[in-house]
Amino acid sequence: MKDDIKKYVIKEYVDDDTDVTYDTPLISGGIVDSFSMVSLKRFLENKYQISIPDDKATPEAFDSVNKICLLVNEYLK
Amino acid sequence: MAFTEKTRGLYSEILTGLQTAGLFKQERFIHSAQAADIEVEYPTGAPLKKVINICANNYLGMSSHPEVVKAAHDGLDSHGYGMSSVRFICGTQDIHRTLESMVTQFLGTEDTILFPSCLDANGGVFEAVLTKDDVMISDRLVHASIIDGIRLCSAMHDTFKHSDMEHLEEKLQLHSDKRLKMVITDGVFSMDGDTAKLDKMVELCEKYNALLFVDDSHASGFIGKTGRGTHEKYGVMGEIDIITTTFGKGLGGASGGCVSGRRELVEMCRQKARPYLFSNTIAPPVVAGVIKVLEILSASTDRRDKLEHNTEFWRKGLIDAGLIIKSGDTPIVPVMLFNAKLAQDVSRDLYEEGIYAIGFFFPVVSQGQARIRTQISAGHEIHHLEKALDAFKKVGKKYDILGKSKQEIIERYGM
Repeated sequence: MKDDIKKYVIKEYVDDDTDVTYDTPLISGGIVDSFSMVSLKRFLENKYQISIPDDKATPEAFDSVNKICLLVNEYLK
Repeated sequence: MAFTEKTRGLYSEILTGLQTAGLFKQERFIHSAQAADIEVEYPTGAPLKKVINICANNYLGMSSHPEVVKAAHDGLDSHGYGMSSVRFICGTQDIHRTLESMVTQFLGTEDTILFPSCLDANGGVFEAVLTKDDVMISDRLVHASIIDGIRLCSAMHDTFKHSDMEHLEEKLQLHSDKRLKMVITDGVFSMDGDTAKLDKMVELCEKYNALLFVDDSHASGFIGKTGRGTHEKYGVMGEIDIITTTFGKGLGGASGGCVSGRRELVEMCRQKARPYLFSNTIAPPVVAGVIKVLEILSASTDRRDKLEHNTEFWRKGLIDAGLIIKSGDTPIVPVMLFNAKLAQDVSRDLYEEGIYAIGFFFPVVSQGQARIRTQISAGHEIHHLEKALDAFKKVGKKYDILGKSKQEIIERYGM
C-alpha cells in the first residue's frame, strides 16, 4: 500500500526531482496543495473501496504517506 | 478605540517583514495618460522621467485612443456619471444592454452579462452555476481571481497539471460520477504568455460530457485572426460554455468585465451571482468607451495585425540579442533571468535607460523562474521597440547574460 500511495503522490504532484519518502510532509511541505487533496482522497476511496468522511480527510491526516496509510487502514477494517 | 498601539505594532511588524523579504509593493506614479510614452515620478518626489512603457496590458493601445476618449465624454454627457444602484433595481441603462449584445456578437456566444470587473465575474460565476453535486477541474496555473471564485463555490474542486491533457483526461475519468463537471482554464496564461489547448480541451469535454470555462482576459481583442480570442485561434468558437473577460486590458483598459456563454448559464448569473446582485455595474462613460472599442475592432483588424507584427519583431529582437524568452506567439514576452535580485537589478537599470518594465519573482512566479515580463502593444511604434531592445542589450551586456544559457546564468547568479 505504502508504495502505491507514494507512487501516486509522485506522479500526481511532483514535477521535478523532489525526493518523497514515506515521512515527507506533503501538505505542510507544499508538495500537495489543499485543493489537490480532493483527487488524493478520491484515489484512495476508489483504489481501496473505502469511504473517508470529509471531516477525517484533514491536511494533518494527509500530511505524509505513512499518515495516509494509517487513515486508509482505519477504514479498511 | 480598538486600534491600540499594540494592534498598530502588530501590523507594522507584518509590513516590515514584507519589506525585509523584498515582497513590499510600491506604486510608481504616472503623470500622463496610459500609452507607449509615459511620464513617471519614481521614486516618489523624483523629477518626472519620460519612459517607454512595455509592461502595460494596453495590448491594442486603446487606453488613450482619441475616439474612445471622445465616446466616453459623450457617454458621460448623455448618460451621466453613475447609476447609484445595482442593475436589477434601477441601475440598467440602454447602453448596458447594448454592450452586452455587442460582446455576445464579438465573442460568438449566446448571451453576456456585465460585471464591475473580471475579478468579480470570476468571483461570482462558479457559485451561481454549480452546486455541491458538481466538480470543478482547473489548470494549476489559473488566475488568482478564479481561485477566489472556486473557493466561494460549494462544488468539489480538483486540479490538473498545467496544460497537461493526459492528466486532465484522468481527472475527467476520476470524477465521472459527478452531476456536472466543469473544466476551467485561462485562454492566455498571464505569466508565461502561453495559450490553453482549447481544441483538445473541447474534444475532451465532449468525450466526457463536461462544461468548458475559459478566462480570456489576456486574449480578447487580439488573439485569433479577427481578435475574438483564444477560441478563435483554436477554431472552437461557439463551443466554449463560459468565457469571462475584462474591459481593462485589450478592450479599452478602463475597467469592467463579463460572463459570456450559454444563455441559461448567463441567466443563472443574472439571478444568483453576488457581485452582479450586490454591486453597481460599469459606469456609463466606461460603457460608452467599450462600445466604441468594439466598434473599432469589429470594423478592422488593423490594430491586432499591428500588434502581431510588433510582437514578432520584439520576440525576434530579444532572441537575436541573446536573451532567453518564453517561446510562444502572444504579446506577453517574459525575458527569463531566473534570479530574483538579477530581475530587480535589470528592471532598475532598464528604467535608467528610459524603459519601464517590471521584474517578477517568487511568490508571483515559481522559485528560480524570475523574469522581466514585457508586454507589447499596438500603441508601440517600431522606434519604441528598437530603443527598448537597445536598452536590453546594454543592460544585458553589463550583467553578462547575452548569449548565455539558463545554466550559465544560474551558475553565476544563483536561483
